[in-house]
Amino acid sequence: MKLRILDFRFGSEEDAQSKIQNPKSKNVMRELALHLLDIAENSVSAQARHVEIGVEEDLQHDRLRLWVQDDGRGMDEDMLARVTDPFVTSRTTRKVGLGIPLLKAAAESCNGSLHVHSTVGRGTCLQAEFQRSHIDRMPLGDLAGTLYTLVVGWPDVRWVLHYRVGECRFEFDSEPIKQALGDVPLTEPTVLTFIRESLQRGVAECQQGAHQGAHQGAHQGALQGG
Amino acid sequence: MPAVKSLEELKKLREEAIQKRNAKMTSGDVQITVAMGTCGIAAGARETMRAVLDEIEANNLAGVVVKQTGCIGMCELEPIVMVEAGGHPKVTYGKVNPERARRIMKDHVMGGKVVSEYVIQSA
Repeated sequence: MKLRILDFRFGSEEDAQSKIQNPKSKNVMRELALHLLDIAENSVSAQARHVEIGVEEDLQHDRLRLWVQDDGRGMDEDMLARVTDPFVTSRTTRKVGLGIPLLKAAAESCNGSLHVHSTVGRGTCLQAEFQRSHIDRMPLGDLAGTLYTLVVGWPDVRWVLHYRVGECRFEFDSEPIKQALGDVPLTEPTVLTFIRESLQRGVAECQQGAHQGAHQGAHQGALQGG
Repeated sequence: MPAVKSLEELKKLREEAIQKRNAKMTSGDVQITVAMGTCGIAAGARETMRAVLDEIEANNLAGVVVKQTGCIGMCELEPIVMVEAGGHPKVTYGKVNPERARRIMKDHVMGGKVVSEYVIQSA
């Protein structure tokens, strides 16, 4: 329903934005990892030099939490109100995208929420939360691919990923990699292989490890319940 | 993550890269820019960029820089990719799906021939 309202209100907006809202369109952001990419791009636009991305799959409480924290220029209250809900004010001095409102609508439709905290000159932190098992919850998608794109595409930014599934954790930090490489660019073919494989392996191992753990957890839960 | 081992591995990669750079004369560096605004991402720009990077890996291309940029105001033509190669003017390609990206890498970046049917702007 929410999406349809957005569609109506933004009838004259750009083609691409209506595309995002049209569920029948092929070109929609159907992965949480694509939303993370979109939000991280906002951080870069805000001149962030250090961005931390978190994904936490809390199996015990059936929650999926995402966060993106940056040290960018931050937002004042007016801007902050409008990035999460572009309809609260009629002021249109600055264009606001629909990336965050769409993620907010997605979170709220899955027993979740989205909050943005920001301080001018210090940075912004966006947090979104979903009921992990909710039938409408979009899949996490290619988290490794999102990080790979960011790390290589914005080499001057320090990218840190904290991924947790159950008790299984994967941490990735682009800084030690860049230090070890010195003046050799990240787009060196062998370096690309290294970064891509590190991310893919880390994310996959975390998901597989947690999957085995989840079986044990379910078993223990059954015992306790009995 | 076995951090120490992977950093050692990286240092080895670094030395190999420097040796290779000394051994071969570069024929002008290439810069590829992928637009990654909300419009680009929604149109599939992450997969487009992935295709570009995969081609660099598969063909062992040195001296190619791949960067990102935000929305450049032509949302309906996303995903958009810009190529600056060998000192030639920048060429802007539109609706670059992974398949088109691979073609651009093969013909333009490696072969030096602009793929004119995908060009939306040439400055």
